[in-house]
Amino acid sequence: MAALPPYASTGQKAWYWGFRLICVLVFFFLIFPLLVIVPLSFNPLPYFTFTPGMLALEADAYSMVNYNDFFTNIDWQNALYNSVRIAPVATILSVSLGTLAAIGLSQSHVPFRGAIMAVLISPMIVPLIISAAGMYFFYSRIGLQGTYVGVVLAHAALGIPFVIITVTATLVGFDRSLTRAAANLGANPVRTFFKVQAPLILPGVISGGLFAFITSFDEVVVVLFVGSAGQKTLPWQMFTGLREQISPTILAVATILVVISICLLTTVELLRRRSERLRGMSAQ
Amino acid sequence: MANGDSVSGPILAADGRPLRQSLARALRLQKLRALMLIAPLLIFILVTFAAPIADMLFRSVENAIVPNTLPLTVAALEDWDDASGQPPGEKVFAALRQDLLAAVAAKAHTKLGSRLNYEQTGVASLLRKTGRRVKRMEEDGDLAAQFAKIHKSWADPETWATIKRFSSAYTSGYFLNAVDAKLGATGIEARPENERIYIFLFERTLLLSVVITVACLLIGYPVAFLLATLPMRTSNMLMILVLLPFWTSLLVRTSAWKVLLQQQGVINDTLVFIGLVADDGRLAMINNQTGTIIAMTHILLPFMILPLYSVMRTIPPSYMRAAKSLGATDWTAFWRVYFPQSVPGIGAGSILVFILAIGYYITPELVGGTSGTFISNRIAYHISSSLNWGLAAALGVILLVVVLVLYWLYDRIVGIDNVKLG
Repeated sequence: MAALPPYASTGQKAWYWGFRLICVLVFFFLIFPLLVIVPLSFNPLPYFTFTPGMLALEADAYSMVNYNDFFTNIDWQNALYNSVRIAPVATILSVSLGTLAAIGLSQSHVPFRGAIMAVLISPMIVPLIISAAGMYFFYSRIGLQGTYVGVVLAHAALGIPFVIITVTATLVGFDRSLTRAAANLGANPVRTFFKVQAPLILPGVISGGLFAFITSFDEVVVVLFVGSAGQKTLPWQMFTGLREQISPTILAVATILVVISICLLTTVELLRRRSERLRGMSAQ
Repeated sequence: MANGDSVSGPILAADGRPLRQSLARALRLQKLRALMLIAPLLIFILVTFAAPIADMLFRSVENAIVPNTLPLTVAALEDWDDASGQPPGEKVFAALRQDLLAAVAAKAHTKLGSRLNYEQTGVASLLRKTGRRVKRMEEDGDLAAQFAKIHKSWADPETWATIKRFSSAYTSGYFLNAVDAKLGATGIEARPENERIYIFLFERTLLLSVVITVACLLIGYPVAFLLATLPMRTSNMLMILVLLPFWTSLLVRTSAWKVLLQQQGVINDTLVFIGLVADDGRLAMINNQTGTIIAMTHILLPFMILPLYSVMRTIPPSYMRAAKSLGATDWTAFWRVYFPQSVPGIGAGSILVFILAIGYYITPELVGGTSGTFISNRIAYHISSSLNWGLAAALGVILLVVVLVLYWLYDRIVGIDNVKLG
C-alpha cells in the first residue's frame, strides 16, 4: 500500500489508518497467543492467568519451578529423549530419499511426472487421522505397530513432501549448463553432483530437512496410533497433559518449543535469502 | 533434427550409428536415470504410506470373520429363505453347533459377536451366552429347541436373517453404517432417528470447516494485501509474524488457546477487569464450537495468507494506478481491477485451508468439547475405544474421497508443483 498522498481526502485518510488498524489487530491475533504463554510459564502457582503479583512485576511472583519440573520429571525427560531419538532419524531418511527423487523429478524427460508427484505429495494432503488410521491397521499387520522403526518410517513418509517441494523449488532455478560444463571438464556424474550441484541446492535441502524435522518433532496424531508407550514423544506427552489435567509444566515446554521454532524459522529465512542470492534471483 | 530427412541418407553419430537412433537411446537412458533416482522414494512411499491407505480401503469392506468363523452354517443357510418368517431347519442348527464348538475352542466367537453386534444389537451377548453352553448340548436331541432354550433369539428368524445377510466375505455394512443406514430385511434402510449420528457429524465438519475457511479469508486477505503492497524490507519483517505461528508446534498453539479461552483464563479476566462482563457471567469460549473455530482459524491462518501473498505479489501496482488515473475511485479500482486478479490466490488459500480443516483431529479434540468435534474425532474413537475398525475405515474412506476431490481441484487450479512453503 503506497504511502498516503498529501492530497488525500479525510475519508481516504480514515480508510488508510482504519485498514492499518485492522492489520495490526490481525497480527496481534496471530502472535499474541504465542507471546502470552511466555510470562505465564514463569507463574509458580498452578493457575493459567496472571496473578496480581505478576502484573505488579514483583520478582518473587515469577519462578522457574515449571522449568525445573520439566528438566527433572522422568515423564517429560523420557518424552524429550524419544522425540530426539525419532525426529533426526526420520529427517535423515526423508532428506536423503527426497533429495534424490527431487533431482530425478527435475530432469527434462520424466515419464508419469504428474502422477509420481501426486503420490509423493499425498502424505501432506491426506488428513493425518486417515494416515494414522491406515498406518495403524497396516503396521499392526506387519508387526511394526508400537515399534521405534514403525514411528520413524511413518514420520519419514510425512516429511517427504516438504523435502520434495523445497528441493524442486531450488532446482527450478538451477542452471543446467553448470553440470554440462563439469561433465565436459571430465567429472563423472557423482563428482559433478557433490562438487557442483550439491553446494548450490544445499540451502533448499537444508530447509526441506528443517521442515521434515519440525513435522516429525511436532507430530502427534500418527505417533499416537503407530507408537506405543515406549515411543511417547514430547507432543504426545503434551497432548495427554492437555486432555487430562493441564499442568503448568506444559507452558514451560511450550515456551521452549516457541524458542526452538524461532531458531528454525531464522535459519530457514537466512537460507532462503542466501539461496536466492546465490542463484542470482534477488528478492523481488 | 528436422533437416535429417532432407539430406540423402541418415546423419550418423560419432560411433557410426544413425543419429536418430543414437538420440533416442540417449533419451531412453535419461528417462531411465531419472526413474532410478525416483524409484527408492517411490517404493518407500508406496510401502510406508500408500499400502496403509490401501489396507484401510480393504478393511472398510472386509467381512471375512463371518464366513471364516461359521463356514458350515453359512453354507447350510444357503437353502434357507430369509423371507419365510420361519427359523431354519435342524440341518442349520447342527452346522451352527459344530461351528460354535470350533469357534469356542479358538476363542473366536466373541469377536464374531462384536462384529455382528454392529448390525443387530444383542448378538454379542447371544453368542457369548451360547458359547458358554454349547459344549453341554446333546448332539442327538432337538437342536433347535436346545438353542432356543439357551437364548430365545435363536428362534427368531431376524437373527438368522442378519447372519445370512452378512455371510459374504465382503460387505457394504460399514459404509451403510457410516451414512446412518443399514442393510435391513427389505434392503437398504435408514437407521432409527436416535441412532443417526454420522451424517450429522459430516455436516458439522463441513459447516465448521467452511466457517473457519471464511474466517481465515476475511482476516487473511487484508494482511496479505498489506504485505504485498508494502516495500519488500518492511513486508519481510512483518512476514515473520505470519511465519512464526506457522513454525510453532500445533500443540503449543492449542495449549495457548486453552489457557486464553478458559473461564478463569486471560481473556475472561481482562473482560471482567474492564467491566464488559460480570464476574459470574464469564463467557464459555472453550469446549464448544467457539473454541474450535477460534483456535483453528488461528492455526490455519498462515495457510491462507501465504498463497494469497504469493499471488498478490505478482499483481503489478501500476494497474491500480492506471485505474485511478482513468477516474476510478479507490473502491472501484480495488474491486474491478485488483480483486479479480487475486482470485487465484483466494481459490488456492481457501481450498488449502478447507482441506486441512476438514481432517483436523488434535485441536477439536482438545478445545472442541462435545459440540465442536469433527468426524476425525469419531474415527479416532472407533479405532482406539470402540474397536469398530471397519466403521473407522469406512468413515476414513469417505473423508479421504472428499479430500481427494478437493486435492484434484487444487491441482487443477494451482498446480501441485506451485505449492510454496514460506
